[in-house]
Formats: sequence, structure tokens, C-alpha cells
Amino acid sequence: MADLRVNIGALKLKNPVMTASGTFGYGEEFADLVNLDRLGGILVKGTTLNAREGNPYPRMVETPSGMLNAVGLQNHGVDYFISEIYPRIKDIDTNIIVNVSGASPDDYAEVCRRLLPLEHIPAVEINISCPNVKQGGMAFGVTCEGAASVVKAVRKVYDKTMIVKLSPNVTDIAAIARAAEDEGADAVSLTNTFLGMAINTETRRPYLSTITGGLSGACIRPIAVRMVWQVANAVKIPVIGLGGIMNGRDAVEFLLAGATAVQVGTANFIDPSVTEKIIDYIDDYLNRHNLNSVADIVGGML
Amino acid sequence: MKKFAKDFIVKDNVTLSSAYALLRLAPVDGILPEMQAGQFVQVEVKGSKTTYLRRPISVNFADYDDGLLWLLVRNAGDGTHAMIEMQVGEVVNIVLPLGHGFTSPSDKSESVLLTGGGVGVAPLLFFGKTLKDADFNVSFLLGAKSEKDLLELDEFRKYGEVFITTEDGSLGERGFVTMHSVLKQRHFSKIACCGPTPMMKAVAKYAKANDIDCEVSLENVMACGLGACLCCVEDTVDGNLCVCKEGPVFNIKRLKWQI
Repeated sequence: MADLRVNIGALKLKNPVMTASGTFGYGEEFADLVNLDRLGGILVKGTTLNAREGNPYPRMVETPSGMLNAVGLQNHGVDYFISEIYPRIKDIDTNIIVNVSGASPDDYAEVCRRLLPLEHIPAVEINISCPNVKQGGMAFGVTCEGAASVVKAVRKVYDKTMIVKLSPNVTDIAAIARAAEDEGADAVSLTNTFLGMAINTETRRPYLSTITGGLSGACIRPIAVRMVWQVANAVKIPVIGLGGIMNGRDAVEFLLAGATAVQVGTANFIDPSVTEKIIDYIDDYLNRHNLNSVADIVGGML
Repeated sequence: MKKFAKDFIVKDNVTLSSAYALLRLAPVDGILPEMQAGQFVQVEVKGSKTTYLRRPISVNFADYDDGLLWLLVRNAGDGTHAMIEMQVGEVVNIVLPLGHGFTSPSDKSESVLLTGGGVGVAPLLFFGKTLKDADFNVSFLLGAKSEKDLLELDEFRKYGEVFITTEDGSLGERGFVTMHSVLKQRHFSKIACCGPTPMMKAVAKYAKANDIDCEVSLENVMACGLGACLCCVEDTVDGNLCVCKEGPVFNIKRLKWQI
């Protein structure tokens, strides 16, 4: 048994495998199918200050080795999360991390301020990269100034671990990562979905109600690996890698590119217990390569 | 109801017509989970170059005597095509049971009409058996384009009287289910419906006009099947609800259909 533990700032993970926000609900939806206590962390559904109905249906279309979604941050708002959902999930023996979105830096800060007192929420993931809402995300993630303004506002009120989730829909993702680091982010996670689009050629209509949506799944993995490698070489804070991880091999690929931990998203839809298999694979991989710990392969590309 | 991700072995693959197959599958561990009529399963797709996600398929029948799950599959694309090509002995992973099914009426004297079209008839067979086992009086009203699209008629006849419409008049009355004469001759106190959306809306309109309690089974495009990704939402009086979790069966009173 290798040492699978990793740290993200002050956050201690029993292993580097977490679930990506928006793909795993609040964890409880998967409770029958996955031993949630085994996970390194659960990134719960994107949460905003006020409730959001999200975008109209249709919100999803399958694409080659992936899918486009346009959910649009449907959620009941942070107060509902605190009063209704948190009590149900707080005793899962893993890191429950809330993914936070907002329409302004003050929005983000207010959500984080309300989450701060929750004992079993050790971290937030600041989503400056949702491609599916006009405000509440990507607007902040595509410029260094925008990213900096949100991170700065949250840092003032939130002293637990702050992860900043980056958009891949930018010219220079390393520059955005540095801007987040400079304002006090404890870690960055990347990538969120890639802006994409698909048209039904028979009806000549777009498949999604919003026309464009976020592309996820195995099809984005090589681009995400490249971006993780670039960012890991540009910042000193830990990098969390995600984007099309379908199995243990893929997770190791992200670690080798420089990620300290990974998130698994779309793969949960295809195999609900894929995260447990990935944890087992990493353990086996380390043993097979005569390595003692995950730290031995982070950024370990030769 | 507890959910499982189980391996199933294909015991039987019966071609019902060029477009449909009935797959009968046995859980490798021998334990067929408890499930409810109207619930669905998510089937792993093997052997398709283009299919990425699982395919949601409604439970056609749960045969607890022989430990078999029946899935009625229409060849609607690459994913379902790969499914109907599955060979006896092949193993496939299935997540089940998912969603909420049909509800039985509280009063045994109620006469229940189960109506559907095309492959949408699938969940009605299991619901018909469930109701018959509980001593309800069940009638089926099944619609299709043509005689060859009517599936499992002999199975349906085991659990209730079967009325038929076809669009080309090749079997039963010509037209749509909502035009069938039985609707004028008998009173039903509950309708359960599954089929193409225009058909379900027509049935819902009839039920609403005649003040009949009516449930429909929706098939919005979905990804996770567990209520996590929020892709398959339907606009309801309670806001956007996941068809995979709060549905697929909804009482028409909860839907915002313009009928």
C-alpha cells in the first residue's frame, strides 16, 4: 500500500481523487453506488447567492467521446445549501468542497462568508469559468483583472482553503493562474469545460437551448493535460487537474503533468464507481513502479 | 429504493421487427433488485464507436420467477443499435433501478387504462402485471404506425383487455389512441401513458378534459440518470425537476404542458 495522501494548501486529502463539480450532485446521489468515504474530496454542485433555475431544456447533447452541457448553474442558493443539504452530507468522511459562482466579486465573497462557519466544509472552489451563464463565471475567468478581482474579494473574507477553477477558453491560461496566485489563491483547478456547439443537421437547430455549451469528456483530455502542464510550470501553488479523466491511467497522466490531485467528472456518468477504481489504480501504479507516494509522481514526467 | 451497478448476462435477444428487440438479461450475481413499474435502467453501451454515455431504457418487465430483466429496445441510433446487436452470453453493466415509477390507485374498484405508442408501451407491461397482481381491472390501449410496430401483444393480453389503433388501419381501429371508441364506451378513473410526446400530450389533454387522473412517462435526454448533472430537467409547477430522479413518471398536474 503506497502513501496516497496529498495536501492542497492546508487541505489534507486521503488520496488525490476527487469528483468534479456538477457531475456528482452533492455526493448523496451516488451513495448507493460508491463508497463516498474513500474519496479524496467531493466538489459539490455550483452554488450561488440566490437560487437559480438554470437554462431551459435541452441542456445536453452527446458528442464524439464527450458531451456538451448547458445546465446554467441550477441550484437552490447558498442558504438552502446550508440549511437543507449540508446537514445531510456533512458526516461523509471526505473533504466536502463547495463550488461557488457569482455575478460579481461581492457575490462570490458573500457566498464564501456564509460557508466559512461550516465545520465540515474545509474549502471552496471559486468557479470563474462556467461557460453557460452570461454572468457568473467565465466573464471573470478570461482576463487576469477579472480573475484577480474575484480572488481578492473572496480572500478578504475567507481564510480556509481557496481553490480557483480556471477556464480553458483563454489565450494564456498560465497568466490567469498567476493572477489568482498573486491575489492569494491556495490552489488552482483546471480545466472547466471547453466552449462548444453542435447542430442537428436535419432540423437545422442547435441541440442546446443556449446554442453553445461546455464540452467535457475524454475528447478534451489532451488539451487539459497540456494546460495543466503549462500552469504547473507557471505557479508555485498546487494544481488540481481535470478534463476527460476516464480511468486510472488518465489520472496518473495528469499527476505526471504536474497536478497534485485530480477531479473526475463526466466519467461518473458512465461508471458511477469509477473514482474507486482510479484510487485502486494509482495505488497499484505506485507499487508497480516501486514508488512510495503520490508525491513521487507529481510533475514526474521524464 | 437501493440502486445497484450490476453486471447482467444476455440470456435471450428476440428480434420483434426490424426496429425492435426484446433483451432478457440475468444478473450475474443472481439477484434481481426490487424495482417498480415505470422505473428505468442505464445500460452500458459496448461496441459502438460513437456512443459515449449509457442509454436509459425503461423496465419492460421484471420476471422474478426466472430472475430476468426485460428491456424492449428500439433501434434509434448507434447506441441502441449496438444494444440490439448484443449476443446471448454477452455481459453488460446496468445501473438500476432509477427514478420514480407509476403509482397505483388507492381504490381497487378503479378501472385503469394503460396507453402507449411504439416502444413507449414497454413500461406498461410491467405496470399491467403489477396492477393485475393487486386485483385492479386493467385495460391496455396500444397504438402504432402499423401492425408490425405493435409489440408483445400476447404478453399484454395476460394482464388485461387489449385495444389497438394503427395509423394505417392494419390492425385494430385506424387512427390515434385518443380516437379509439373504447374511450367513449367506458369510464376509466386513471390513465398511465408512455409514448411519443405528441401522443402523451393528446392523451393528457383527453384526461384533463374528462377529469381523469393521468400519469405520463417522459424521456428527456439525460446523462447521469441519478439526479446529479441536472441535464434532463422538465419545467414543472415545482420548477426544473430531473426527469431521471423526480420522474420519469409525472402526474400531468405537475407539468406545464399547454394542453
